Amino acid sequence: MAFMLGITPWPVASALLWIILIVSALYLARATAHKAIQAMARAFHRGFRTASKAVSRSQENLAARNRDVLLAAGREAKERVIEREFDRINDTVRKDLGNYSALHRSLDESIKRIEDDHQQSVNVPPDPPGWVKAVEAIAKIDEREGRFGVGNILSDIHKSLVKAHKEAMAAYVSASKQRHLLLKGMRPDWRAIQKTLSQVGKNVDSLLARSVTIDRLMQEYEDIVRGHDRAVSVLSSSSLVNFFVSALVLTVAIGGAAINFSLIARPMAEMVGGTNLIGGYRTADIAALVIIMVEISMGLFLMESLRITRLFPVIGALPDKVRVRMAFITFTILLLLASVEAGLAYMREVLLHDELATSALLRGDAAATATNEYLWITTAAQMGMGFILPFALTFVAIPLETFVHSLRTVVGLIGIALLRFTALLLRLLANASLHTGALLEQLYDLPLFVPLWLEQRMGHDGDGKGRHVFSGRTGS
Amino acid sequence: MTRLITVLLCVLVASCSQQGPQNTGVYMLLDTSGTYREELDKAEQIIRYTLSRLGETDTFAVARIDTGSFSEKDIIAKASFDDRPSAVNRQKRVFAQQVADFVEGANSAPYTDISGGILQAVEYLNEKGTGHKTILIFSDLKEDLEEGYVREFDLELGGFEVIALNVTKLRSDNIDPREYLGRLENWQGRVEKAGGQWRVINDLDGLDGLL
Repeated sequence: MAFMLGITPWPVASALLWIILIVSALYLARATAHKAIQAMARAFHRGFRTASKAVSRSQENLAARNRDVLLAAGREAKERVIEREFDRINDTVRKDLGNYSALHRSLDESIKRIEDDHQQSVNVPPDPPGWVKAVEAIAKIDEREGRFGVGNILSDIHKSLVKAHKEAMAAYVSASKQRHLLLKGMRPDWRAIQKTLSQVGKNVDSLLARSVTIDRLMQEYEDIVRGHDRAVSVLSSSSLVNFFVSALVLTVAIGGAAINFSLIARPMAEMVGGTNLIGGYRTADIAALVIIMVEISMGLFLMESLRITRLFPVIGALPDKVRVRMAFITFTILLLLASVEAGLAYMREVLLHDELATSALLRGDAAATATNEYLWITTAAQMGMGFILPFALTFVAIPLETFVHSLRTVVGLIGIALLRFTALLLRLLANASLHTGALLEQLYDLPLFVPLWLEQRMGHDGDGKGRHVFSGRTGS
Repeated sequence: MTRLITVLLCVLVASCSQQGPQNTGVYMLLDTSGTYREELDKAEQIIRYTLSRLGETDTFAVARIDTGSFSEKDIIAKASFDDRPSAVNRQKRVFAQQVADFVEGANSAPYTDISGGILQAVEYLNEKGTGHKTILIFSDLKEDLEEGYVREFDLELGGFEVIALNVTKLRSDNIDPREYLGRLENWQGRVEKAGGQWRVINDLDGLDGLL
């Protein structure tokens, strides 16, 4: 500094001289400096723009991929639902309509029996002889005219005919009774037919209702296959809902696992020691955690074997016999682990009681060592929890599957949002770099206001044209 | 693949490596000489408190101070606790019973060999190799050696904490308190010179910071 101010005997003059020299140098280098600033600003601008476009392309690719994933997941889910509906229809048809031939035969037999009975019931009884009245009239005439000989004969005939008539009437009454009995016998057949037809009607109605459901599902499936925006929107929304619901259920399950852990960690120290450490963690804690993890794994395999979840395609693709065997094995292991946990829970209570008794003894508090008569309630409750929780954790497989499937979509959506934000940021930076270039030019010109003023006064426009052109691009 | 397995093995070995023992070893010396024997009930309380504070793999021994305390025969009760909680509780109960039996039938000792007792404690705890080593001295700290016993040696108390408990004042201390203060100062000097830490706890209601 002293050197700079010492080039003339007067520091002020030296300073002025330096200012004039610097300003002159800056003025002479002005055009080049402006070009350098413009070049730098444009380089940054193009760089940011290119990066922004690249990020936008990535975002579009990710969006397309996410859409594909969403549609594929939706298609798979819809296929499962439709498949299940068809299974139900198949069950209905097999169970209710599968014995249709037997049903038909039963109906035929019932109808035939009714026809036979009806046929038998329509036999007309013999009419009483019409000439009985005539003989009676002749007998009366004969009596009035005093011809008793003929009258007697006719009277006998009359008596015989009356007797025959009575017998005929008795036969008629008997036949009528028989007919009524036949008609009465037809009633169960009518009812059976009515019941059978009603059942058939219900089955057909059920099938019709299912067919309507399948029609709707098929329509949605077609929308998904064709990749309609509405289908994507519905699937996306559904995926988000599934994600949050399954996350909530998983949180509850984690709480259950934590309680399970606290139940068995303490007694585990009896098995593996209370002070051994692995990687800074107590071996007893790790052992308890491993048991819980094994239980959850067995639960997953059980659910897979039962085809309730489909996280492992290998298990789903196993032959039915192997799958059922696997289900039995995993259930047995779960049962054993649950029993072990119940035992550990009991051990925990015993240990706790023992520890409390020892502490009381060391404190000299004899009253505290007395046994609580209701202790069995907490012991039983702990054992029950130790036995039930492993089975409850089995059902974690269902929300876990939903969580995993929906997580892909949710992560994709988050990725898209992040990329979109990054692209926007890069565009802003591109524009900002352009404006910064213009600002730097103005800042460069700031100390040169004297020569520029002089230049303007002398009628030169310098490199204003170039700057104008440059400034014109700031809006891009 | 080989590199991956090597790295995983290294991580596993590193994670399994122990950082030295973290357990605690406590050796308590009980002065049974003269009238101090009457204080043994208080000592029993301290022992019970100490037992309640110790856990799995810790070590605890109680020994009497008598004419010649540098001897295993003076150990009244000792236990290296198991790492199973149920076994620890059992050991604690047995330990407490042994101490109670001793307190009930303890006889007064004619001499007080504190230095020999400390030497025995150092040897015992070093042999056990516990992470933290504490020597509790339940005494008035007045050493009274029988003629012929040599205790003029330097102790090695690096890593040890020595806590004097219930340091009662003798009748002569009341006449000349400098004796009492001198005793405390003497023992503090010996312990700290040997590399140990020194503490005095006379208020037995405030044992919270004992271990």
